Amino acid sequence: MCLGIPGRVTDTYREHDVLMGKVDFSGVVKRVCLEHVPQVRPGEYVLVHVGFALSRIDETEARRVFEFLEQMNQLDELKVPPS
Amino acid sequence: MMKYVDEYRDGAAARQLADAVARTVTRPWTVMEVCGGQTHTIVKYGIDRVLPAAVELVHGPGCPVCVTALETIDRAHAIASRPGVVFCSFGDMLRVPGSRGDLLQVKAQGGDVRVVYSPLDAVNLAAANPDRPVVFFAIGFETTAPPNAMAVWLARKRGLRNFSLLVSHVLVPPAMAAILQAPGNRVQGFLGPGHVCTVMGTTEYEPIARQYRVPIVVTGFEPLDLLEGILRTVRQLEAGRTEVENQYGRAVRREGNPRSKGLIEDVFEVCDRKWRGVGLIPKSGFRLREEYRDHDAERLFEVSAIETQESSVCLSGQILRGLKKPHDCPAFGTQCTPQTPLGATMVSSEGACAAYFAHGRHLEAGRTGTHPLPLAEAIGGRS
Repeated sequence: MCLGIPGRVTDTYREHDVLMGKVDFSGVVKRVCLEHVPQVRPGEYVLVHVGFALSRIDETEARRVFEFLEQMNQLDELKVPPS
Repeated sequence: MMKYVDEYRDGAAARQLADAVARTVTRPWTVMEVCGGQTHTIVKYGIDRVLPAAVELVHGPGCPVCVTALETIDRAHAIASRPGVVFCSFGDMLRVPGSRGDLLQVKAQGGDVRVVYSPLDAVNLAAANPDRPVVFFAIGFETTAPPNAMAVWLARKRGLRNFSLLVSHVLVPPAMAAILQAPGNRVQGFLGPGHVCTVMGTTEYEPIARQYRVPIVVTGFEPLDLLEGILRTVRQLEAGRTEVENQYGRAVRREGNPRSKGLIEDVFEVCDRKWRGVGLIPKSGFRLREEYRDHDAERLFEVSAIETQESSVCLSGQILRGLKKPHDCPAFGTQCTPQTPLGATMVSSEGACAAYFAHGRHLEAGRTGTHPLPLAEAIGGRS
């Protein structure tokens, strides 16, 4: 129910004085209300729930788990006894 | 390839995180994931089965379709049956059983029941049908509150007097507090509700973490999100820390979305709310403010007193509070299935019982514990 799907904004426009946009979900394009992510620009990703963008996706934060895993890998390598 | 989705399903990375959990744990811990969407991912990818046996996941109350009170469902059916009414709902409410059938049956008997993707679509229906009352069934957690608030705000702004909301919103923090206060509570740490927190932020969880001495890690919905959320929770538990952490930083800011919170404040006010399977939880819901009474379906449509009847076998109330698992119920998978649900946790695909059933766990008699599987098989990843 609280499903949120990331999609890429391709276009923005106003309708009934509300900020709207077209959002591409891997090829499926939907009309989405962008009123609560007013700074969003075409090309950026938003998290969409029932036709409504709740937040912009932060690219730096999105990479964080992979950086964390990379650090774990490096620590593991340090622990390997020299052969 | 779906950006921000597929990379969080990588099998090798999932194994690394599961191994890190196993290295961290020194004793048994019980962790609850709050959201039905998280339960769905956990069961679908077998995440509970790649964890060390010492870490038990119990499934929380975070499925709004499941916890919508039977009285509210019956009221929705009564309104949808009225001649002339266009009754709009999210698709997952159609099969939820009331005391006498579901919305699909109301439709079969001539009710004009329509499934909409967004509450904003229902506003457009009201504009297109100015001579008919258009009612939207506004259920959900805080995640769904901004779109529902936007719908009624926009309808008022556009002068659509024929648009109304039947509101049954529920709130996560009071439900977590109720679980922690209940006698026999087993929950020692929470995976917090990621999408709820995109709206509300994480600060309202800080008093809960402090007062009840539980770690709360706000967590996303993909397999790597859940495994990292579990790792962070277990690290806190092992270290004796009880903090609010944010695993889902790509979508959640500490302050939430200020615009959404502002609109919610304008349109809704906090009220007591009855939860199906759990009972009344004080200050656990939203209702429309007085200023929006002309758009409040509960006021506009007088519905006579409703007598409800729940199953006496069903354990959903205990499952929603993390006290029992689906296998503990004698009716699970036999008398009670998604086609013939007896209670809250079987009525939506995000309910714990429905998730277990959909992924074949009703066929595994007695398998209540964790059973490690090869992770690649469990996650279906590319390792």
